[in-house]
Amino acid sequence: MKKAIVGMVVLGLAMGMAVQAETLQIEGSTTVGPIADAFAEYFKKVYPDLDITVKKTGSGDGAAALVDSRCDIATMSRFMKDKEFKSAVDGGVYPVAHVVAMDGVCSVVHPSNPVKGLTKAQIRDIYMGKITNWSQVGGPSMPIVVISRDTSSGTYETFHGLVMEKKEMGPGVEYVNSNPQAHARVRTTQGAIGYVGIGFLDRNVKAVKVDGIMPSRQTIASGVYPVARPLFMFTNGYPELGSMVHKFCTFYLTEKGQELVEARGFVPLTVY
Amino acid sequence: MDSKNLTLALEPAAGINRPLALTPGQDLWGYVASHLGRALLFFITCSSVLAVFLILVFVIVRAVPFLTDYSISDFLASQAWHPTSDSPVFGALTLIVGSLYVSLAALVFAVPVGIMAAVFLSDIVSWKIRNVVKPIVEILAAIPSVAYGFFAVLVLAPWMQKRFGFSTGTNALNASLILAVMALPTIISVAEDAISALGRELREASYGLGATRLETIVKVVLPAAHSGIIAAVVLGMMRAIGETMVVWMASGNATQIPHPWWDLSLSIRTMTATIAGEMGEAPEGSSHRSALFAVGVLLLTMTFVLNVVSEYFLSRAKKSLGNN
Repeated sequence: MKKAIVGMVVLGLAMGMAVQAETLQIEGSTTVGPIADAFAEYFKKVYPDLDITVKKTGSGDGAAALVDSRCDIATMSRFMKDKEFKSAVDGGVYPVAHVVAMDGVCSVVHPSNPVKGLTKAQIRDIYMGKITNWSQVGGPSMPIVVISRDTSSGTYETFHGLVMEKKEMGPGVEYVNSNPQAHARVRTTQGAIGYVGIGFLDRNVKAVKVDGIMPSRQTIASGVYPVARPLFMFTNGYPELGSMVHKFCTFYLTEKGQELVEARGFVPLTVY
Repeated sequence: MDSKNLTLALEPAAGINRPLALTPGQDLWGYVASHLGRALLFFITCSSVLAVFLILVFVIVRAVPFLTDYSISDFLASQAWHPTSDSPVFGALTLIVGSLYVSLAALVFAVPVGIMAAVFLSDIVSWKIRNVVKPIVEILAAIPSVAYGFFAVLVLAPWMQKRFGFSTGTNALNASLILAVMALPTIISVAEDAISALGRELREASYGLGATRLETIVKVVLPAAHSGIIAAVVLGMMRAIGETMVVWMASGNATQIPHPWWDLSLSIRTMTATIAGEMGEAPEGSSHRSALFAVGVLLLTMTFVLNVVSEYFLSRAKKSLGNN
């Protein structure tokens, strides 16, 4: 009995050491997450020994993980904040940004809402609580249900910086913690307004024009759409040439990478 | 039977002439083994108590930088919670009110249903059915809270918007209903145990004096089991206050206090959801992170107080049963 237990422990340790495959830890944004997932799926087919994990909990979480050296690549939908950069450098981690795609933050409403476009100032007033009824912006008389992403989200940071111009959101704003949840809330609530990355636009929600410009691939790639942003992958220093991290971070330059980025609804950086 | 067999049966067992308690000198190995075993079990018990104590210490230590820098009256009384702005403001009043609001509303829904179900299971229905239904009720407690959260956001919220005409379905009412369903198994289980433990004599005495079944239940059984029922309610409240995933998904997370206080159709935010939602973003060592730990300290004190209250009522229940 004792011999069997000792034997099993030794066998388990041996098996653990034998399956010493290379691992790739990727953490961060829920916006960049689908891109990382698509790349990871492709990589698993090409390199079957590679063990890739993609976690999607928010850009802030990704930055924190890179600072603590808990992940190899941090996907973020915003640039690192000063504080994050400082704690990274203090901890001996030198973040290097790779831009893998362009994204647009689209304001979406319920498909039954007749409002076609809003100005940035109107959206700002809605989120600050100054405009509370759809009739004030040309819609039916319905109270506006304002939905925002939580503060650990890069999508929130982009929206807060470019649309809110760093002003505080009002007290009645509801917070959800991921792009799919924001999409679900707007899809099911008639009076809702929310914002999602362009990769999450589909027929169940309706995108409104911001300052007269409809979010689309062309308007985002050319920078005409006012709420466009680059999507980043951060690594600790420039990855070693030929390593898995390097291949992953430069995959967006290949034709297959561009295809995957486009299939997910984002705007690829190069034109092929 | 001949005398030979008798003598064999009466032969003394080996070592029967040894004294009962051996001194360490006579049996060193036994002495060492018994004390070592005792120390090991004591250590194991201590480590579980120590774990709880260390959690408390860890949370308080992390919260102290914020509590010493920031004015505590502002923290407890201000309604503005803007942790990520350039000049951060940490006012936890909306969070405290949100947590209490949702828990009390959940109790309003769960306590009558729970106590009536407990009375039904212990007094009205047959023993066989009770033994089948009670485990099923306890299975309700095993459903993961995130499953409840999904149900609340994807099914209950749109239904509420359609049926009641609310502008938003993720509100205090939604969260309270789901929390009531989650607190229900605890309340039913503990209350039913308390009521069953009263025994047959009390009920038979009441029936013997001519009381009807309703009079027995309302005037004799429930007052006799009141300590256990109060303990059940307090435990249910502890479950509701500490619940995180459900309120994070179902309550809307708006940092506001409902304007007419009885308006359950407005979104609110609880302490647990704030900690869960913002901890990932708060950089290590920042005042935001310490503020979240301070909210955690508030939460711990509340659950600690509720725990002490429930222990008091449970011990009173046990004592009153002991006297019977």
